[in-house]
Amino acid sequence: MAEPRPVLEMTGIVKEFPGVRALSGVDFRLFPGEIHALMGENGAGKSTLIKVLTGVYSLDGGTVTLDGKSVHIGSPLQAQQAGISTVYQEVNLCPNLSVAENIFIGREPTRGGRIQWKRMRKEAAELVDRLGLDIDVTAPLSSYPLAVQQLVAIVRSVGTGDSDGEGSGTKVLVLDEPTSSLDRDEVLELFRLMRRLRDEGVAILFVSHFLDQIYEICDRMTVLRNGTLVGEHMVRDLDQVGLIELMIGKALDQLEELHEHQLRSDVGETLLEAEGLGRAGGIAPFDLEIKKGEVIGLAGLLGSGRTELARLLFGADQPDSGKVTIGGKQVSMSAPNDAIGAGVAFCSENRKTEGLVPDLTVRENIILALQAARGWTRPIPAAQRDELVAKYIKALDIRPANPEARVGQLSGGNQQKVLLARWLITQPQLLILDEPTRGIDIGAKAEIQKLVVSLSEDGMAVLYIAAELEEVLRLSHTIGVLRDRKLVARLTNGPEITTSKILETIASGEHQ
Amino acid sequence: MSATTKTPTVPEGRTASQASAVTRLLGDRRLPVLVTAALFLAMYITGLSRYQNYGFAEPQVFLNLFIDNGYLLVAAVGATFVILSGGIDLSVGSLIGFTTMFTAWLVERQGLPLLLVIPLALAVGAFGGFLMGYVIHNFEIQPFIVTLAGLFLFRGLCLVISKESISISDSTVSSMAQTRVSLGLGELSIGAIVALVVLAAAFYILHYTRFGRRVYAVGGNEQSALLMGLPLGGTKIAVYTMSGFCSALAGLLFMLYIQSGDPLHAVGMELDAIAAVVIGGTLLTGGSGYVLGTLFGVLVLGLIKSIIQFEGTLSSWWTKIATGVLLCAFILIQRAMTARKQT
Repeated sequence: MAEPRPVLEMTGIVKEFPGVRALSGVDFRLFPGEIHALMGENGAGKSTLIKVLTGVYSLDGGTVTLDGKSVHIGSPLQAQQAGISTVYQEVNLCPNLSVAENIFIGREPTRGGRIQWKRMRKEAAELVDRLGLDIDVTAPLSSYPLAVQQLVAIVRSVGTGDSDGEGSGTKVLVLDEPTSSLDRDEVLELFRLMRRLRDEGVAILFVSHFLDQIYEICDRMTVLRNGTLVGEHMVRDLDQVGLIELMIGKALDQLEELHEHQLRSDVGETLLEAEGLGRAGGIAPFDLEIKKGEVIGLAGLLGSGRTELARLLFGADQPDSGKVTIGGKQVSMSAPNDAIGAGVAFCSENRKTEGLVPDLTVRENIILALQAARGWTRPIPAAQRDELVAKYIKALDIRPANPEARVGQLSGGNQQKVLLARWLITQPQLLILDEPTRGIDIGAKAEIQKLVVSLSEDGMAVLYIAAELEEVLRLSHTIGVLRDRKLVARLTNGPEITTSKILETIASGEHQ
Repeated sequence: MSATTKTPTVPEGRTASQASAVTRLLGDRRLPVLVTAALFLAMYITGLSRYQNYGFAEPQVFLNLFIDNGYLLVAAVGATFVILSGGIDLSVGSLIGFTTMFTAWLVERQGLPLLLVIPLALAVGAFGGFLMGYVIHNFEIQPFIVTLAGLFLFRGLCLVISKESISISDSTVSSMAQTRVSLGLGELSIGAIVALVVLAAAFYILHYTRFGRRVYAVGGNEQSALLMGLPLGGTKIAVYTMSGFCSALAGLLFMLYIQSGDPLHAVGMELDAIAAVVIGGTLLTGGSGYVLGTLFGVLVLGLIKSIIQFEGTLSSWWTKIATGVLLCAFILIQRAMTARKQT
C-alpha cells in the first residue's frame, strides 16, 4: 500500500514554549492511502506536532515537505489551501449554521458575489451522499449529536477544494482524538468513512487514546515520547505491550504492580455519614457511609447521577432533604466552603472549566485551595509555599517540573495532577475524584490510580468516580451502583465481585 | 436561512430523538422574530381598537413609524452586524451626535455644499468604525472597552466643534427634509426610504454574500471560524467599519429630521439601537438573529412612542419603562432558547 514517496515529510521539527521544549527534532512522514497513528503519552508532543502541521503553531525549526515541495504553513487557512485538513477533538464548526454551510463556508459557490444557496445545498447533499452518509444538509448543525457533527467536520475537510477549483483537494486529513466522545456504533461509522477516504488515496493521520481502535484501523504508527521520535512501525509488526513500552519508555512491570496490589482490608472508623441526602432532579435520597481510609467507587452509566451525588457531598448543589455528618458533627453543606472546612475536597470531571485556571502558573493553581482555606488575610509565607509546591510537583511527577509554567500549556494528564495537588495540599479527610483519568494516557492513569491506593493507605477516604468499571473494581473497597439517578446497591468488593456482576446490578437495578 | 420541515435524520444504528413540537419551536432560530412580529401586530391592533376615533387607523400613522424612526433603524442595522458577530458597539449615539455637528458645522459655518459633506461624513464614520475594529482585533481588547472609548471620543469631538447647537438653514437641507414620496396610501420621507434601502442591503449582505455568512460564523464560534480558515480579523474589522458607516448615515438622517447639529444629540441612542436588536431576536452572544427582526424591534419601540402620544396623558418616560420591560422579557426568551440548546 505504501508508495515509495511520502505525501508529507516533516524533518527535524522543533517547537518551544516558555519553559517547555515540546518538540525537539521530530521526523514524521505520511504516505498516501494509509491511516497512520500518532502515538505517545500525554505531553509527548502529539498535539503540538499536529498544531505545527496544521498551521496553528509556527515552527521554531525543521522543514515540512508536501508532495516533494518544501512548504511554509503559517495559518490554518494556508494548511487547508495546501491540502492539509484537520478535525479536532472538539468539533470546530459553527453550530448556528446549517450543515451545508458548515461544509462550504469560506468557499461557497457564488455568482457575481451572490451565494447560490440551491447549488450549495445540492453540492453538499451530493458530497454527503458520495461518502455514504445520511444527513439532511439543510438542518442546523446543532440539531445533530456530536458524532454526526464530527462526520460533518470530516466531510468539510474532504470537500475543501472541490468547488471553484481553489486548493488542490485534501491530501492529508488529520483526525485529532475524534473518537473520545463517541459510542461504539458511532466509532464504526467513523471508521467506515475513514476507510473510504483512505481507499480514495487520502493520507489520514489518526490520534486516539484507545489502543484497540489504533489496532483496528491503522496501517502504520509513529511513536513519540517527551517531544522526541521513538520510532515508526507497521502496526502489524508491533503488539500492544511493545507499543506501551515504547510510549512510556519502561517495561510494564510498574503497571502490573497495581493489579497485584492488595487493598488494605482494615478501614478505619466512620468519617462521613449521609442520611436521606437527595435533591429533586439530581439524585434520589440516599444513605452513604464512608470510613477513614476507604475507597468508595461509584459505578453507573453516564447520567446515572454519579456526579450529582458527589456534588451534594461537596455542597456544590444544595440538598432538598437529608443531612450529612462528618466526624460526628452535622455539617450544613450549603456551599462548597462548608465542605472544604470539614475536610472534603472535590476534583471536578471538567478540569478545564470547573477546576484549573489555565492562565495561572502551576504554582498559583496548586496553592489556590490552600490559600482559600486559610482566608485571604493570612497569606502563605513565600518560602513555605515554594517548598510545598516543589514537594507536590515531585510527589506527583508533574511535567514539566517548573512551577512557573502556565497550566494551560500542560498536557491533560499533567493538568489533572496539578488539580490533584491543589487538593492534596489542603490535606483533606475525604477526596472526591470525578473521572480523574478521563482523557489521559495509560501511564498517567496508572500513576493516579497508584496515588489513590497510597492515599487510602495513609487513612484518607476517597470517593472515586470512573466510567471504566475495571478501574472502579480495582481500586474500591466498596462499590456504590447508581442507576437512573438513584443509588441502587452497595457492594463490598471481594473476589466474587466482577465487572459483569456490577453490570448486572446496573441493568437490573435491584437493591441488595 | 435554510428552511427545513424535514425531521433531521441520523446515521443508521441510532434512532433520531423525536423532538416534540415545543422543543422544535424553541429550537427554531426564527422564533424570536416571529414573537416580535406578533407583538408588533398585537400592539397595533390594540392601538386600532383604543384610538380608532383619533385617527390611529390612518395608514400614515403606520408610515410615520418609518419617518420618525428611520435614523434609529439605520443605526440598529449597523448594531445588528456587530452583535451578530458577537461584539458590541457603544459608540453609535456619539457618532450620530458627532455627525450632526460635523455636517451642520461644514454646511453652515464653512459653507460647503451638502453633496460634498454627505460622503465626507460617511467616510469619517466608516473610518472611525474601522479604527475601533482594528484596535479590537489587533490588540485583542474587549469591544466593550474600545467602543466605550469611541463613545467618549466622538462626544468630546462634538464639543470641540462647538459647545452650542448649530441650526441648519441651508435650503438644500430643508427641501430634502421636507420632500415626501407618495405611496398612494400615504407618504414617506427621504430618511425613511434610505432606511428601508439600508435594511434591504443589509439583508442581502447577511444572507447572500460570503462576508455575511462569515459574520454569522464568527459570532457562532470565533475559534472554529479561525480554524476553518476564515479571515477572522478582516470580518471583525469590516463589521465595525460597517457599524461606523451606519452610525454616520443615521447621523445624517437625524440631522435631516431635526435640522440642527447639537453636541448633545442622540445621547444614549446606542442603547436604543441595542435594545431594538435584542427585542428583534438577535442573541447578544452572537451568531443567531435576523436583520428583519431588528426592523420589528425598531417598529415596536416606535409604536410604543406613538401609543403613548395617542394616550395623551402619559409621561414620555413610559416609553423607557415599556422598553425596559420588553427587553427583560426578550432576554428571558433568549435564555430559554439557549438553555434548550445546551441540553
